[in-house]
Amino acid sequence: MSALKIKKGSNSHSAYNLRPTFSDVVERHTLAVLVENEPGVLARVIGLFSGRGYNIESLTVAEVDHTGHLSRITIVTTGTPQVIVQIKAQLGRIVSVHEVHDLTVEGASVERELAIMKVVGTGDKRVEALRLADIFRANVVDSTLESFIFEITGAPEKVDAFADLMRPLGLVEMARTGVAALLRGD
Amino acid sequence: MSKEMTGAKMVVQALKDQGVDTVFGYPGGAVLPIYDEVFQQNDIRHILVRHEQGAVHAAEGYARSTGKPGVALVTSGPGATNAVTGLTDALMDSIPIIVLTGQVPTFMIGSDAFQEADTVGITRPCTKHNWLVKETDALSGIMHEAFHVATSGRPGPVLVDIPKDVQFATGKYTGPKAMQSHYQPQVKGDLEEITELVAAMEKAKRPVFYTGGGVINSGPAASQLLRELVDATGFPITSTLMGLGAYPASGKNWLGMLGMHGLYEANLAMHDCDLMINIGARFDDRITGRIDAFSPKSTKAHIDIDPSSINKVVKTDIPIVGDVAHVLEDILKVWKSRGRKTNADAVAKWHGQINEWRKVNCLAYTNSETTIKPQYALQRLEELTRDHPSRYICTEVGQHQMWAAQYLGFEDPNRWMTSGGLGTMGYGTPASIGVQIAHPDALVINVAGEASWLMNMQEMGTAVQYRAPVKQFILNNERLGMVRQWQELLHGERYSNSWSEALPDFVKLAEAFGAKGIYCDNPADLDDAIREMLAYDGPVIFDCVVEKHENCFPMIPSGKAHNEMLLGEAETQGVIDAKGSVLV
Ligand SMILES: Cc1cc2nc3c(=O)[nH]c(=O)nc-3n(C[C@H](O)[C@H](O)[C@H](O)COP(=O)(O)OP(=O)(O)OC[C@H]3O[C@@H](n4cnc5c(N)ncnc54)[C@H](O)[C@@H]3O)c2cc1C
Ligand SMILES: Cc1ncc(C[n+]2csc(CCOP(=O)(O)OP(=O)(O)O)c2C)c(N)n1
Repeated sequence: MSALKIKKGSNSHSAYNLRPTFSDVVERHTLAVLVENEPGVLARVIGLFSGRGYNIESLTVAEVDHTGHLSRITIVTTGTPQVIVQIKAQLGRIVSVHEVHDLTVEGASVERELAIMKVVGTGDKRVEALRLADIFRANVVDSTLESFIFEITGAPEKVDAFADLMRPLGLVEMARTGVAALLRGD
Repeated sequence: MSKEMTGAKMVVQALKDQGVDTVFGYPGGAVLPIYDEVFQQNDIRHILVRHEQGAVHAAEGYARSTGKPGVALVTSGPGATNAVTGLTDALMDSIPIIVLTGQVPTFMIGSDAFQEADTVGITRPCTKHNWLVKETDALSGIMHEAFHVATSGRPGPVLVDIPKDVQFATGKYTGPKAMQSHYQPQVKGDLEEITELVAAMEKAKRPVFYTGGGVINSGPAASQLLRELVDATGFPITSTLMGLGAYPASGKNWLGMLGMHGLYEANLAMHDCDLMINIGARFDDRITGRIDAFSPKSTKAHIDIDPSSINKVVKTDIPIVGDVAHVLEDILKVWKSRGRKTNADAVAKWHGQINEWRKVNCLAYTNSETTIKPQYALQRLEELTRDHPSRYICTEVGQHQMWAAQYLGFEDPNRWMTSGGLGTMGYGTPASIGVQIAHPDALVINVAGEASWLMNMQEMGTAVQYRAPVKQFILNNERLGMVRQWQELLHGERYSNSWSEALPDFVKLAEAFGAKGIYCDNPADLDDAIREMLAYDGPVIFDCVVEKHENCFPMIPSGKAHNEMLLGEAETQGVIDAKGSVLV
């Protein structure tokens, strides 16, 4: 987490831009939310999104600071600029939330997602799947004579592209972690 | 300093250390250890209500009338679920209350144990924050944090769920000073934004202050500073339902309440102003009407402690996040230091325009010599109680609530308790008891409709038991009046299920409870009957039989703009179009 310590309600930081533009264009934003690692905290965040009708494209959560009892939730959401600002303000008022960062506006960020995919096939299809996996730098983590499990890491678009290619080649099952993201630089 | 004690004792100790003198509650299996501790001390008074919803509304009334947090104590399962309406009400109206619930022992959670409910799960969306206490050592810290969270920033309800084994077990108690919380909302406003607002105030030709419940939440100092600012600038001021009393109704810049049932002059001032200064109000849909036609020509400033209130519904030009009292103090400082400037000539002209609107006399109604008009009943109530040194008014929800807001004058903050955001019928009776318990010598009146009143009438037992001399002033139109009004305007006068049949005889009902009952259906007898109510030293149910079909005006129909207000009975059929009729 960047060292920015923004106080709840602060309007001096871009995560709480109180003068948003009011356009109708739907934007995609990646939010990093630092929360108290306590029971029910994920339910509070998810309940906020469902209760107020906001979108969740992806959500990941894990403890990132054991001694400080903090978890980091990365949420990819969509909405008009006014809705995005509302989402951040609503997240900020949850008592267990320490910090809200909008990685989409705070600077360049790195987004990564991990996926594992089972591809079943024989003959040419199997060879082609292996060849494409190599191009995408996907690893084989399990193999039988008729199947592979590939592990791929990358931006969500790269994972999407790889899955699209694997579909005609026998993709039968997939699990994705959702996006983890960090701001670049220090 | 930490001391060893049982969880149950900690609860009582923490309440004492937080300065709590009253708890509204109802016992049950899962809170018996706490009730045992309540029994063995005399510092905290426990008021036994008749239903847990009553406990929470009473705590709300206590909180709103004192500025201190209210406390309710209820059992697990049904006790907790009965508290849900009150919690939601307090969340919508930003009322600081602490609700303590018992829970089945930790080792039985999740087993569908007797009277188990997922209380923190059920109440997560209707509290500002809630806690399930899993070990006794954590209990006192959580209790103190609960008070901190309920009362800091935008106030609201919190809930602490305490399993029975945690109440029995022994642990370390720590005092309020040891409390640690990262929750520290910003109270000072940004000086740059404040200066921008002051600059706009200096130039404004048609300014208006639009104030709300946030001024009351901020405390008495906020009302004082507001009065100073309004009187020094001479700008007109209106308020929402929730902010009544922050600026006195007798003040010379007072426009009256705004909104759906607000005054003509207040709504037109909002529509035509060039600078709107929102102080602790949240652009509720009862205020804005049709958003795209809301005050089209104005620059809008918004002072609010909750960033999520800003730009939620209406685009704000000058956003100021902070506590009302802190921000008003800075506004006054900056405005004075820049030479106390206003565009006085233009503002005088603006007052001239407002006075023209006033001449419409939007609260006029046709009185009757044979039936009591509800407006008349409230005018007489106002006349006969206005000078009482400590008058507190509660209401239920419906037409009577709006008439009370229109016809009663509020001179001070914290004297008006009403359910605004949730609109909870059944709020008024228990709230009035909460107010009276906090102010034993005050005159506490609940202006009610008969339908709302029946929703929590069991609390008359509480009033009688604790000799709380609350006056239940029921405007009895034998109708769910507000519903009936909407059916008249919106549903072709098909009055589906909107009348009160098989009503009790309220006088006999009062007597059955051990209270006094008064009946009045004649305008000529009304003053004497009200005097009789005021003179009686004890709880009263006043059955004031009023005109059955009176509508509440002015009214901005749903989906309409401020300048499309209905003023009276004229032709009201079909005024709400298809688009407006989906709105509530
Ligand atoms: C039948 C019915 C009809 C109604 N008709 C009307 C009507 O005609 N007119 C009307 O006005 N209302 C009406 N209401 C009430 C309406 O529904 C809303 O409850 C009310 O308008 C909201 O008031 P408010 O904007 O002052 O906000 P509140 O709900 O009081 O919210 C207060 C705001 O202030 C902020 N705040 C809190 N504390 C502070 C602080 N210390 N410093 C700064 N900011 C703070 C909060 O964040 C919040 O944004 C009606 C209700 C009912 C049931
Ligand atoms: C608990 C609850 N249920 C339903 C409603 C919907 N409602 C709003 S006003 C009203 C009628 C109130 O009738 P009454 O108390 O007699 O007051 P009046 O409008 O006649 O003055 C109803 C049913 C509500 N606000 N609260």
